[in-house]
Order: sequence, then structure tokens, then C-alpha cells
Amino acid sequence: MGSIGKPIDRVDGHLKVTGHATYAAEFTVPDLVHAVLVQSTIAAGRITGFDLAEAKSMPGVLLIITPDNALRLTQAKGVQQAVKAPLLQDRDILFNGQHVAVVVADTLDRALAAAARVRVRYQRDEAVTDMDAMLDQAYVPKSFRNGARPADSRRGDPEAAHDAAFAKLDVTYITPIEHHNPMEPHATIARWQGDKLTVWTSTQGISGAQTTLAGHFGLDPSQVRVICPFVGGGFGCKGNTWPPVTLAAMAAKMTGRPVKLVLTRAQMFTSNGYRPRTVQKLRASAETDGSLQSLRHDGFSLMSQPNLGEFCEPVALSTEFLYACPNVAVSHRLVATNMPLPTYMRAPGEASGMFALESAIDELAAQVRMDPLAFRMRNYAENDAHEGKPYASKALMACYTQGAQAFGWKARGAAPRSMREGNVLIGWGMATATYPTNRQKATVRVRIAADGSVLVQSGTQDLGTGTYTVMSQVAADTLGIPVSRVRFELGDSALPHAPVSGGSSTVPSVAPAVAAACEAAAGKLRDLARSDPHLGWGDLDASALQVREGAVIGPDRRIAIAALLARRGQSFVDATSESGPGDEKKRFSLHAFGSHFVEVRVDADLGEIRVARYVGAFDVGQPLNAKTLRSQLIGGITYGIGMALLEETHVDGETGRIVNANIAEYVVPVHADIPAIETIVVENAESRSNPLGVKGAGELPMVGVAAAIANAVYHATGMRVRKLPIRIEDVLGSA
Amino acid sequence: MSTVSRRGVLGATLTGLALAPQRGQADETTPASPSGTQAPSSPARSAEALDIVLQVNGSAVPLTVEPRTTLLDALREQAQLTGTKKGCDHGSCGACTVHLDGRRVVSCLTLAVRAQGKAITTIEGLAVNGTLHPVQAAFAEQDGFQCGYCTPGQIMSAVALIDEGHTGSDAEIREWMSGNICRCGAYPNIVAAIRGSVQEG
Amino acid sequence: MQAFTLTTPDGLESATAAAAQGGRYIGGGTDLLQLAKNDVETPDRLIDLEPLPLTEITATDDALRLGAMARMSDVAAHPAVVARWPVISQSLLASASPQVRNMGTIGGNLLQRTRCGYFRDTGFACNKRAPGSGCPAIQGENRMLAILGTSDHCIASHPSDLAVALIILDASVELRATDGTTRTLPLSDLHRLPGDTPHVETTLAPGELITAVSVPASRAAMRSHYLKVRDRASFEFALVSAAVAVDAGAGTVHDIRVAAGGVGAKPWRLPEVEEALRGRPLTPKALADAAALAGQGAKPASQNGFKQVLLRRAVLRALQTATA
Repeated sequence: MGSIGKPIDRVDGHLKVTGHATYAAEFTVPDLVHAVLVQSTIAAGRITGFDLAEAKSMPGVLLIITPDNALRLTQAKGVQQAVKAPLLQDRDILFNGQHVAVVVADTLDRALAAAARVRVRYQRDEAVTDMDAMLDQAYVPKSFRNGARPADSRRGDPEAAHDAAFAKLDVTYITPIEHHNPMEPHATIARWQGDKLTVWTSTQGISGAQTTLAGHFGLDPSQVRVICPFVGGGFGCKGNTWPPVTLAAMAAKMTGRPVKLVLTRAQMFTSNGYRPRTVQKLRASAETDGSLQSLRHDGFSLMSQPNLGEFCEPVALSTEFLYACPNVAVSHRLVATNMPLPTYMRAPGEASGMFALESAIDELAAQVRMDPLAFRMRNYAENDAHEGKPYASKALMACYTQGAQAFGWKARGAAPRSMREGNVLIGWGMATATYPTNRQKATVRVRIAADGSVLVQSGTQDLGTGTYTVMSQVAADTLGIPVSRVRFELGDSALPHAPVSGGSSTVPSVAPAVAAACEAAAGKLRDLARSDPHLGWGDLDASALQVREGAVIGPDRRIAIAALLARRGQSFVDATSESGPGDEKKRFSLHAFGSHFVEVRVDADLGEIRVARYVGAFDVGQPLNAKTLRSQLIGGITYGIGMALLEETHVDGETGRIVNANIAEYVVPVHADIPAIETIVVENAESRSNPLGVKGAGELPMVGVAAAIANAVYHATGMRVRKLPIRIEDVLGSA
Repeated sequence: MSTVSRRGVLGATLTGLALAPQRGQADETTPASPSGTQAPSSPARSAEALDIVLQVNGSAVPLTVEPRTTLLDALREQAQLTGTKKGCDHGSCGACTVHLDGRRVVSCLTLAVRAQGKAITTIEGLAVNGTLHPVQAAFAEQDGFQCGYCTPGQIMSAVALIDEGHTGSDAEIREWMSGNICRCGAYPNIVAAIRGSVQEG
Repeated sequence: MQAFTLTTPDGLESATAAAAQGGRYIGGGTDLLQLAKNDVETPDRLIDLEPLPLTEITATDDALRLGAMARMSDVAAHPAVVARWPVISQSLLASASPQVRNMGTIGGNLLQRTRCGYFRDTGFACNKRAPGSGCPAIQGENRMLAILGTSDHCIASHPSDLAVALIILDASVELRATDGTTRTLPLSDLHRLPGDTPHVETTLAPGELITAVSVPASRAAMRSHYLKVRDRASFEFALVSAAVAVDAGAGTVHDIRVAAGGVGAKPWRLPEVEEALRGRPLTPKALADAAALAGQGAKPASQNGFKQVLLRRAVLRALQTATA
């Protein structure tokens, strides 16, 4: 009984396979005109002037916005602090690819052509682009994790323990700039009707877009409506309300026409953040018995110029708690450069930081001649020593054992280069995954109609993660009806407020609110039934009545909801519930876990590295839908494979300009790179993390993938590669 | 990748910013003003404008385009057929895949005017009378997507791939689907959907 | 993209005549439109080659003739090409994606322009795109770029796989000039090295049109092989590639042709490897010794020195595969 956990087909699947799912740029708005961004070709300096005559004279051009004529925006309350610029409010240039003008024309072709003819004159200053040369000028983040905790932490005496230990490691790992590259480019349609603004925009957070736009244009949030029923992938780059959204609204206001502004793929590399380059220094030590003695993890993260905002890739947070280790110290520092503002990218901090930590663990295991899985089990943490709390739940040991079993890990040859077939070096590697369980306040409205159908509404988002589907399931099960009787609406700021879809928090935040609102609406039906004199249930306790199958069911009989409502002259009952975190965070350490097992095949002569086989086992708490969950898991692993072997944004050192701002040369995995992937979801029914015991699964599966692959490459070749991506040239010496 | 044959010596004509001819300016250009507001006007006809008729999903679709207008932009911005997606606009992602006379192509690198006289099939033309094409149904059942943005291109490519006969093994399917990037990473499910629709068909 | 007009010629004569007046040819358009979208190419007038009768693929006992407008996918799948000139089919199937191969043409493939990121972005200086502006790639991001045939002005690599396969087969291109005269040019003479004029990429006269590519039949062609090394398993330009054709009856190498892609400023023949093998017994050691000679005169840039090693290994692997 019930749909929770079952492999239900996606409720929006039909729309997506027929091309009828409508993404931001695809809404039909009459009188629409097209805006195209113009971006700087220098990284530091100042605009000294524009030559606009040619562009203005081109066919169809309606308006060119520059800092000279741009509307002045306010930075009122509600504007996301992370993203303040560039909004054409001044002539300063802080990075290459910064917006300097917006061209509006009657057709897209014409807007694009004219944008290419906007001439900008600059006074060029020297740009800072080489982060690695600036580590001695690194600084402490002003607002690490939005001020929720300090950037550094320490317990025990890592230095003394390191000095005394048998096996030691003191190395540096590097991860490159990576770009999210969702398949849907960022897109906005903005329309003003009087002082009311409607935007259709591709966003992970409609409520943040609403308050940011209201703040910029001096409006009350109620005057701004943000609509986004489908997001063509986000991965973090659509979490903030980046300047193009505001610039589209500005262009619409200035032209008096609805404006569509879609970023080109090249502009996606400088307009909505990226995962910053990190330099991570790891000092770790272990005793002869494999017991970890110390961990020191110092992370440096590339930043933009500080006045653009702040983002720090929190690389060392997992290091604090993942293993039983008495002496741990971590730090986070930023290095300012003339690059755009970085941002969250799928598992920010964990994905990059666990590459370093889980590689280091592998290195230590090799030093003490232990199997890497056995080494991890030897140092298994039963409690979170950093927070000094028990885990709400932790089925990591099951992930280890079930993953290893499915993979056949015990057949692994201990020595590197011990598994070879002809020219092909075979390597097996593994790593741990972990990601925090986050939850925020969310509000849901439920309406049960006389025909028994249920409408559930919340201003949340579906990034392809399955929000439409799993929320429909939660509602259906709570009300004891088939999923087909539920309609879930999201993606509209006119709906009850829900948080940004980030940090894998949508399910843990919204699902409990769906359940609560359904319970509340069902409670109203029970109350109606108890107060209905014909039913004779007046003396019953509410718990004696069940709402399911479109009826209220008592000990002796049932009454259809339609009949019940008809007798009271009502066509529906509704209820709105807000649900948010309780004290679980005070009592418990909240995390999801997993394990990765991978086989790589390396051509001993040519250095080509291919992933041949993959098993991932995960503790995500209570799974809501086996089908959409598996898609999240294989998707995260695929993203991790890209991180491990392919993805890197190349920045020209002289100009700070990105050289591969396209997806032919910013190489992401294609079909041929991805083998069959086996996913295991370990059983873990609990309700301590949140009422439904759901931990979120969007980011967890990518954490540790890069380390598992790096460890497998080491096992295949004997070469330890401490930077990403791992490339042909890194293993050519292994022939 | 391929390009055009080009007049030989790639001299000065390629190097500077050779300006496009500005035809028919008088009746169409509205100078921008600092205050910004312009009288609303519909896209003005210019000397470059061409009236064409495309055969899309069995229907004649009249459009006004310029020679430079891509088939992708003509479908999305004019014909309101937004099922065909723009991912990179450079032929590198496959989201815009459509069939021209039964062959899969990227519509972002196809000029609309050159598609005249050809049978164009888009994702909107696959289902017949509301019944999903078997490949569409298989994608839905196997969850061959997450965000859904690359999905129309994946499906158009998959339908063509099956016609081409490149379904001998999973490895063959993967190689011949590699022109369609799925950033959500649904690849194993897409392969399963294709394999499944071949077995059932 | 800047505006252009599109001329539809009714035959070769009107096509070349239009070119004489400054028009540019468009074949498959898969590279030209990318460059136009990036404002790297700004043609005023395009001449549509699609209506022209240039798509035929003809295989005789002596030769293969590929119309310039034959699609990559059609050539790759042609039974005679697969059987007798496998390196051509393999190089095409290793190129681009199925969709792009359905569009891209043989003539256009030979004339596609470098993938160097500095060339394809007008926000950078580039001697190939804007002569005299400089080559930031030499000190910049050059992992993918050339190590052979480069100059102080340009280190761009030639991106075509097909051209690498064709030059080992002694292919030639059939050309038609704007005055209607025709000539045949060895493919090896089509592409120019950058020198101090990297913007001059071919030896074609203004408006001269490639109408066909012809490839002689040979025993070596039937035992030919294309190997492409790349980071991604598919749909990526070559880091290094190797094309080989071998005729080694009775254990002696009678005929051997070797070329490489991804390493040269143009499709790069490797005579040093060929000479070391020609007339010699075909032994594993002979192959290894010959492959070790590949890349004479290489001049790596800051990030692509590994291509020297990779080139030798790719050549060896291709030789081994072709002779197995």
C-alpha cells in the first residue's frame, strides 16, 4: 500500500518527452523584444567610453543600455547579498566577461548582430589571475557559511600527533575552476504592467528572485511575480538571482516592451558563477594499526574582487567529522582575483574537499599496507566528534559492505598495477560520500475537492530532481489516494513560500510540509464528519476516523468526501501548513552517506582513462521514489566522472579571459564515457533527521567520485595524481 | 566538424570586422534614446526578410526569416515550436536535434532558408494523435531524463539511431548517442530506453 | 551573426561566378555558422553549394572519388570505402557527432578552421584572425595546440581527422576556378604552414572551389587504420591521432604511409617513420624503432610537450593495429 519508495513514473514525464514542458524562454508573451548582453574583454580597469553609432544604426535596434543610461537600482532589503554586481551601475571593470551593455532589438538575430558591434573603450589595469601565486595574500572569509560558523576549527593537537605518528602525509591537492553548464542556458522574460513586474526566469529560487527584483526596483515583493515551472538543470548556478535577471527587467522597463534575455553558452561562463579553483593542503597521519592520528586540512579558494560579494568553497567541513580522529584542524581562506564571483556548484565544498580527503585516506592506507576499505572501517566514526553529537542516523557501514559486495571488492589485487589485460591497466578504487541534511521552512497549501481530487501548492522548484512527482506521492499517501488524484503546483511566487532549491534541501524541507498540510486538510474533513449529525460520530475521537480513498472512514461505515462536503454546502476544504526545522540540529549531527566503488581502465601506452564499471551505495534515509532517486544517483556519479577526468575551465593568464567558454572544449561526459552504473539504496528508516526521515540526494552521489577514480587510477598505474581533472599526460609515464 | 568550401586566400576579408551591409535602414531602425522608451512596433520588414514555407511535422508553416536565421530560432521564436531546445547554439550539445528528410541534424547550424522543401520532424511531430512514439514512452518509463531540457534532442537522436541500425550493443548505442549531452547524467537510463524500445519494436 | 544574403546557384558556373563577385561558399555550414555566430567570420554573401551536383561517391578499381558535397556520414558508411579505404571511414566516424556528420561535407571538412580558443573568440588577440595582433596562445592555454609546423606567429593545430587519413592515401583535390578552369592539386599541397601569415591557410585562389576529392586505390589503403586519442571517449577533437596504411606482403614492408593529427599546424605526414620501415622486414622491433622517430623537429609549447611522447605511442599503436 502507498506509493512512497516505489518506482513511480515521473508525473511530468509526458510533458518532457513530448516537448511540451515550458521552460523560461518559451512562454508566449505578445510584443516581445530581445535583449543581448555585451561583456567586457578586459579583466581590470575602467570603461572610458562607448562607440555606439554603428550598433544603434543597425536594423531593428531599439535600445542600448550602458552604465551611462542604465536605470539606477537600489540595494534595498531582500536583495541577495551574494550578487550585487555587475548591473551597469558604474564603469569599473572587475573581471573579463563582465556585463557592460545590453542591446535590445526587435528580433534575436538583430539583437545578437548589434551586440557584436558595440565598441567599448577601456583604461586597462593589471589583472590578478594567478591564484596559486597569491596564496600568501589569502584572507579569512568575512562571512563563512553566511556567518553560521567560523572558517577554522581545531580539536586536539594535530601537529604533535603528526610528528609522533608512524605514517605521514603532507601533500597538496588542486581542483580547477569548473562550470555548471546546465543544458538550459539562463533565460528571463520580463514584463511590466504598470508598477507590477512579472518575470519568467530559469531559477532554483523563485522567492529569492522575487525579493531581489523588488529590492532593486524599489517595489514591494507583492508587486513582483516570478514564474518557473521547469528548470533545465541548475546545479547551483541558478540559485542566486544573477544580474541578467535584473538587466532583463531593466530593459523591459526602459523599452516599455516585454523583453527576453537568454545567455549565450559563452556568457554562461561569466554570468552565473562557477566552482572556484581550490588549493588544499593535507597533513594526515596514522599509526601502524591503521588508526588515524591527525588530520589537518587547509583550503584556499579562488575569489573574485571582494566588492562583488563573497563565496568560499568550504572544502574541509567533511574532514571535521567523517572519521574517528582525535586531532583535527581545518581552515578556509580566500584569494582575491579578477575573476567573476564564484558560487555553489553541486556539492560545493564536499565534492572538491572530499577529492582531497578521500585521496589522502587512500594514500595513508597504502602507507600502512591496509586495504583502503578496511582502513576506512578501522576509523569509522560512531559519533560526530566535531559537533560532539550522535548522528541522527548513519548507515555508512551498510554502504561500505553492500557496495563492496556488489562490486566484488574482495577480489582486488592489493598492489598497484597488479591487474592488467594486455595494454590495459585495470584499477579499482573506492571512496566515501557524505553530505549534510539541510532543512528550511516551507509552506504548503492543500485543497481537497468534492470529487476527491487534491491540489497541492508550494512555491518550490523542480530542477529535474522529481519535486512534482515525490510531493504528489507524499500527498497521495498521506490522504490514502492514488498519485493520479493529486496535482502538485510549484514554480510560482504567488504560491505559498518555499526555500531555494539548493543544498539538497527541497525534499527535507517541502515534503514534511506537504504531509503536514494534507494532515491538516484531512483533520478538517474529520471535524466536518464528527460535527455532521447524520453520521453519529460526534463522540468519537478524531483518531477513530480515517481519511482515505476519497472518503472519511469511521468504525461502522464510510462517507464519500463529495457527500460530506455537499451536506455542508462546501465544494472543498483547504489547509495551509508551514513546516520547518525543529531541534534536530541541536540534538544530532545530520548527514547522508554513501560509498563509491569504481573500475577504471587505463591504456598503458596512450594514457586514455575510461570508467568501466561503477557501484554506488547510498544512505539517503527514506527513499521517496526509487526511480527518480536512481536518476539522481546516476546523475551525481556522472557529474563526478566529469569532474574527475574531463572538466576544467581554462583561463588565459594574461587577460583573465576564459579560453574554452563553450561545450565543445569545456568537456563534459557524453554517453560513451558512462558505463552501466549499479546503485544501491541501503535501508535506513528513521525520523530523527526530519519527520519523514528523508536526507536529500541531489549532491551526495557526486561527493567522493573524483577520489574513487583517482584512487582507482593509482591502483591501475601506481601514479598518484593530486589534481583534477586527471588527464592522459598525468599517466603517460606509467607505460 | 566540417565547414564550407571557401574562396581561397583567407586574407583581409576575414581579419577585420567586415561590416554587414545595412539594408533598408530607413524604415526599420529606431534610434535608441537615453531615456530608452520607444514606441512599440512589430518587427519591421527589411530587405533581408524572406517569406518562406517550411514543412514541419506534415504541416506547411509560413515564416518570415532572414537568410541568417537558423532553423532552431525559426522554430522556437517564430513557429512557437519550443520543444526543440537551444543548449549551445554551436552544434556541440545536440539539444536542437531534428530530422531533415529523416536524417538527424542539429538545427542550430541549419539555416532555415536551406530547410525549405525538406520534411522537418521535431519532437512535437513524433506522437500520433496523442499516442506517444515508442521511444518517447520508453524514455518516460525508464526515466531517461531529469530536467528534461536535452530530452527532445535525445529522443530525436534515438529515433534516428534506431532507423540507422546502430543498436547492436550498449556500447554501439552509447557511441552513436554521443552527440547528445545530458548534463543531468541520465545516460544509463537513456541507453536502457533505447534498448527497450528496440526489443519491443 | 551579421546579416548576409544567400545565393542559390543553378550550376557550377553560376556558383563560381558569384564567388568572383565576392561571395563565399557554404557547404554543410557546420563550421562556418559557428564562426559567424562568434563574429569570427562575417560574410556578406553566401553561395549555397547544396543544389550543385557534387554529392556523388564513386569507387572504381583504380580510385575513389568523393564529391565535395558528399556528407561525412554517407562517405563513412559507403561499402567500398569501408572495405577498401577503411582509414577514411574510421577517421570520419571518429569525427564530430552523428548529427554533424549528417551535415558536414568532405570539402568543408578539409577547410574547417582551427579549434584554438584564441582564434574563435574576438575578445582575444590572434594573428590568424587579426594579423599582427599577436599570439597569446604561445604563452597561454595551449595544451590542445600544435607542436609541429608552428611558427612564432601561430601554434594552432589543424582540426580535421579526414585530412590526416587522406594525405597518407595521396589524395588530391579537384578544383574549379572562377574563370571556369579546373585543376587537380595534391591534398598535401592544399594547406599552408602559418609562417608569418597564419591567416593564409590554403593555396586556393580567391573563389576557387573544391569540387571533389580523389583517392587512388592501393594495397596499402586496404590495410589502413585511424587511431584517435582524446580525453573524452567520443565527440571531441583529437589530442593526437595517427593514420597508417601498410602493404607488407611476405613480411616485408613494401608500402607504408603514416600521418598524424592534433599535433600539426596542418595534417602532418611523418616521412621519418615511413622511411625507417620501407623495404624492411615487418617486425615488432622495426615498428617500435620507426614509431620512435615520429615528430622530428617538434617544438612544444608550455603545456603540450607530452604530445611528443603521445604521438610516438599513437603511431606505434596504429602501426601495430594495421599490421596485426
